[in-house]
Amino acid sequence: MTRPDYELFDRNTTAVINGYHRRPIQRMLDFDYICQRQKPSVASIVNPAGAGLHKAFFGTEEILIPIYGSVAEAASEHPEADVMINFASSRSAFPSTMEALDQPTVRTIAVIAEGVPERKARIMAAVAREREKTIIGPATVGGIAPGCFRVGNTGGTIENIVSAKLNRRGTVGFVAKSGGMSNESFNSIARHTNGIYEGIPIGGDAYPGSTLLDHLLRFEANPEIKMMVCLGEIGGSDEYRIVEALEDGRITKPLVAWAMGTCAKEFPTNLQFGHAGAKASTEKETADAKNAALRQAGAVVPDSYDDFGDRIRETFKSLEAAGEIEPIVEPEVPELPMDYEVAKRQGMVRKSTHFICTISDDRGEEPTYNQIPISQVLERDMGIGGVISLLWFKKELPDYAREFIEMCLQIVADHGPAVSGAHNAIIAARAGKDLISSLVSGLLTIGPRFGGAINDAAHYFKQAFDAGQKPREFVADMKAKGIYIPGIGHRVRSVGNPDVRVTLLKEYAREHFPSNDLLDFALEVEKVTTAKKGNLILNVDGCIGVCFVDMLRGSGCFTEEAVQEIIDLGYLNAIFVLGRSIGFMGHVLDQKRLKQPLYRHPWDDISYL
Amino acid sequence: MARRAIREYDAKRLLAKYLPNHLEGFSYPGEVALVTPETNWDALVDENPWLAKEKLVVKPDELFSKRGKLGLLGLNLSLDEVKAWIDEHMGKDQTIGDLTDKLTHFLVEPFVPHEEEDEMFLALRTEREADVVYFSLQGGIEIEEQWETVTQIQVPILSDISEVDVADALTDFEGKERVVLLIRALHKFFCDLAFTYLEINPFVFVDNQVVPLDFVAKLDDTAAFECGHKWGDIEFPVAFGTHLSAEEEYIRSLDQKTGASLKLNVVNPQGRVWTLVAGGGASIVYADTISDLGFGSEMANYGEYSGNPTREETYEYTKTILDLMTREPDPEGKPKYLLIGGGIANFTNVAKTFEGIIQALEEYKEELIENKVRIYVRRGGPHYKEGLQMMRDLGERLGVPIEVYGPETHMTRIVPMALGGKS
Repeated sequence: MTRPDYELFDRNTTAVINGYHRRPIQRMLDFDYICQRQKPSVASIVNPAGAGLHKAFFGTEEILIPIYGSVAEAASEHPEADVMINFASSRSAFPSTMEALDQPTVRTIAVIAEGVPERKARIMAAVAREREKTIIGPATVGGIAPGCFRVGNTGGTIENIVSAKLNRRGTVGFVAKSGGMSNESFNSIARHTNGIYEGIPIGGDAYPGSTLLDHLLRFEANPEIKMMVCLGEIGGSDEYRIVEALEDGRITKPLVAWAMGTCAKEFPTNLQFGHAGAKASTEKETADAKNAALRQAGAVVPDSYDDFGDRIRETFKSLEAAGEIEPIVEPEVPELPMDYEVAKRQGMVRKSTHFICTISDDRGEEPTYNQIPISQVLERDMGIGGVISLLWFKKELPDYAREFIEMCLQIVADHGPAVSGAHNAIIAARAGKDLISSLVSGLLTIGPRFGGAINDAAHYFKQAFDAGQKPREFVADMKAKGIYIPGIGHRVRSVGNPDVRVTLLKEYAREHFPSNDLLDFALEVEKVTTAKKGNLILNVDGCIGVCFVDMLRGSGCFTEEAVQEIIDLGYLNAIFVLGRSIGFMGHVLDQKRLKQPLYRHPWDDISYL
Repeated sequence: MARRAIREYDAKRLLAKYLPNHLEGFSYPGEVALVTPETNWDALVDENPWLAKEKLVVKPDELFSKRGKLGLLGLNLSLDEVKAWIDEHMGKDQTIGDLTDKLTHFLVEPFVPHEEEDEMFLALRTEREADVVYFSLQGGIEIEEQWETVTQIQVPILSDISEVDVADALTDFEGKERVVLLIRALHKFFCDLAFTYLEINPFVFVDNQVVPLDFVAKLDDTAAFECGHKWGDIEFPVAFGTHLSAEEEYIRSLDQKTGASLKLNVVNPQGRVWTLVAGGGASIVYADTISDLGFGSEMANYGEYSGNPTREETYEYTKTILDLMTREPDPEGKPKYLLIGGGIANFTNVAKTFEGIIQALEEYKEELIENKVRIYVRRGGPHYKEGLQMMRDLGERLGVPIEVYGPETHMTRIVPMALGGKS
C-alpha cells in the first residue's frame, strides 16, 4: 500500500464486508458512483452461510461481488482490500474482528455492532494497537472519507451525501463519539467550511477501538487537513488525552471542540445517557470540566453547542484569510439511477405484469382465498369443500355443494394397492424414492384408462342429454363409435347387488339438489345397458360425474357455458386427483413405515419371447 | 447500558460460588441471605440454617454505601432481633442526600467479630489498556482520605495476572501470601464474570476465611450472552431514589415493546420548556443548550424517540408529553415552549414520523391554546421538506404559533429563538 499511515481511505480503497447486508453494500456502491470512483469499494462479502456471488448496482451496471465463507478466504482472495466492515452481531463481533486482525492485508476494521462486551472491545483495541491497525467502533455507523470511501451507511441518503458535500474532500477533519449526530455535524461543517476531509464517529462505548485523540493525531499528520472538529461527550477521560496533546504540542492545527452532556447538572440523579461511556462518575468526567480543560489548553470551545457552528465558521474563515485554504472545484455529480421500486412508488414508471392471479392474494396482512381471509374460512367452518369452491370455482357454493364435493373426495380417496396408480406409487416408494416422487409416480398413471372416468362420464352423458338423445340412441351411438360408455359397468356389482356408495350418492343428490336431470338420464341409460348385461350399472365414477353436473347447474352459480368449461378444463379430474392423492400418499407412507425393500417383478410372471 | 450495579447479596453469592476454586488455605463460605417484602422467613431459615445459629449483621442492600454512618447497620443480632430490625425499616422512607426512597431489600449475614486494624481494602476497576488492582492495609470508609496507603497494580489487558508479580508490588506484611493469592483469585473472578468494577472494603481474614464486610460491584450487562449462565438469576436494580412517574413508566413499557427507542424523563413538570427530540445524541444537545443558555430550571423533560418508530408510537409518545405539558397553565400566565427538534436523520422518513406527532397535536389543540404553547420545529433527513410543510400547514389549522426550520438552520438555534438569549 502506498497510502501514508495517517490516511485510512482513498479513492482506491476497497473493503471486505463481513455479514451479508445488502443495503449498506448498495449504499456504498451508490456513493462510489456519485463520487465517480473508478472501481467499486466493495471487494467481497463474507457470509458463513455459503459462498457465491452477490448482484448489486454500480451506477447503471449490475456487478457481481464474490461472497466467501470466511474472513481469511476473502482477505487472501482480495489482498488489495485493506478495510473490513464488520456487521457481525454483538455476539460474533469479537471473533470476527480478531480474525480480521490476523489478516496481514487488513489495516482498518469498522465494527458496527452495539453491545460488544467491554473486555472484548479492550482486547480487540489492544491487539489492533500492537499490530498498528485501526479499529473504528464498536457501536458506530462507521465513517466517511468524502469523495473516496464510505463505511456502510455513514452519511445517510445520497441526497444528504450531496447536500453535505460528502461527494468530495474538504479540509476539515471531524471526529465524534456519537454516531447519531454525525449527519448533523457533516451538514453543519459543510455549511460553515469548505467541507469534511474525513469524518469518524468512534462509537459511544466506554472503550472504543480508536479514540478521539487517535484520529486527531492522524488529522494533525495529514497536510491536506487544515482544521479539526471534535465532538466529545460526558464520561470517560478521552478528552483529557486531547488536552495533553494540545499542551505538549502534538496537536497544533486549529481544533474546535465541544463535549456534549453539559445538561447533566440539571438532573437530580446521575441519569444514564444512551451511551455506555457517558456516565459522569467524577467531577472531572463532566462535560463542563472537559470543555473548560479543552478551552484552557487552546482548543476553540463554544459557550454552548448552539455556537459550535459559528466557532467552526470563524476558525475556517481565519484560515482562509491567512491564505491556507485552496479553492475547491466542485466535481460534477452524476445522477444516480433511480431504483425501479422507488420510481414505481413515486408513480414515475409503470410496467405490464407477466402473471395474473384471480384466486388468492398473499400481499395483505393475511392471505385470502378468493378475497376471503383464511381465518374467516376457518371461523365459518367452510371445510375443504368450501376451500375448493373458493379456489377452484371462485364462488361460495351452497352448503350442499360443498358437502357433496367432500363426499366425492372421501369416496375416491383410495381403491386399494392393486390399481395402477397406487401400484406405481408403491413401486416407487420401494425403490427408495421420496414421498413426492412416489406420489407423482402414481399420479402420472391417471389418464384415459385409469381414473379419467368421472370427467369423461360427465362429458358424454351431458353431451347426449343436451343434444336431446334418447338413452337408447346414446348407447347405440357410443357403440357405433366404438367407445365404452364411461361410468357404466362394474367388476362385481350388478343390478341385484348394487354399489352402496352409488346408492348413498344418489340419495344425497335427490334429497339436496334442485334438479337431478342428468342423473335421471343416466339411470335411464343404465336400464338400457343392464338389460344387455347385469353388471353394466351406473358405477361410482359415472354417478359422481352426472351428479356433479346436476349440482353445478342446480346451484344457479354458473352459466351453461361455465358448466361446459368446468368439464372441459378437467375440474372433475381434479376431484379424482386430489382425492386419490390421499390414498397414494397413504400407500407410500405405509411402504416406508414397513421398510419394504426394492421390488423386483419375478421372471416367472413375465412371458419372454 | 453496559455497566450495571448489582446488589451486595448477588456479588457475595457469585463470590462464594466462583472464588473458592482459585483459593488455597482459606476460603469464603458466602453465608448471605436477602430479605425482600416477599420473603418467607421460615423458608429462608430452612435454606440458610446458619441464620438461626449465629449472631447476625443486617443492612439495606440498595446500591448505596456508608450504611454504618447512616445508622442503617444492625450488628451482633439474633435472628429475632434481625427480624425486628427489618420490620422497623422495611417499606420506610429513607432520605440520603436529596434522594428519598423506601427500603425494600436487606442483606443478612453472620456477624464476624474482628479488630478494626485488621481491615483491608481491595478494589478492581478497568482502564482502557489494563485492569487496575487497588490494595491497602488501611481498609474502611476512610480509604479516600488515606489514598497514599493504596498500592496500584496494573494487569495489562492482553496479559494474565499470573504474568504479573503481585507479591513484588506489595510491601511486606504479615499474611501477605494470602493477600497475593486473594488478589490473583479475585482478578480471575473479575474477568471470568465480566465485572467492570469491584470493591471489597473492608475485608478481614478470620481463621481460614476471607470475610468481605462490604462489597460493591458492577457487571457489564452486554456480556450476558457469555456470562449469563454463570450469573444465574441476577438483578440489576434501579438506583436508590429512582421513581418512575406513571407517564415515564408508560413510555418505558412502549419502549420495551418495540424495536424503536422511546425515552422519557420528566425533570420538572412545572418547567415551561418541553422537548420532543429525535435521536439520543440530539436530545442531549438540546438539553445542553437549554441548560447552557440559562434555562435549566425551566427544562421540563428529557428524552428521545429514534429507530424508526411507527406512527402509532410517535403519536402515543407525543400525547404523553402534551398531556403532561398542558395539565395546568403557567401560574404567571407565561407561555410554554414545545421544541420538536432533531438532527438530520440517516434513513428515517421524517414526514412519516411527523404524522403521529401531528395527530397528537391536533387532538390537543384546545389545551395547547389554553396553555399558550409555542412550537418550534427543526429537523432534516429523508422527506424533511414534506414533513416541515406538514408542520407549517398544521400551524395554520391549529391556531398555535409554529415556527419551522430545516437543515439550513443550526440544530439548536430554535432554543434561543424560543427562549430568547440570542437572536
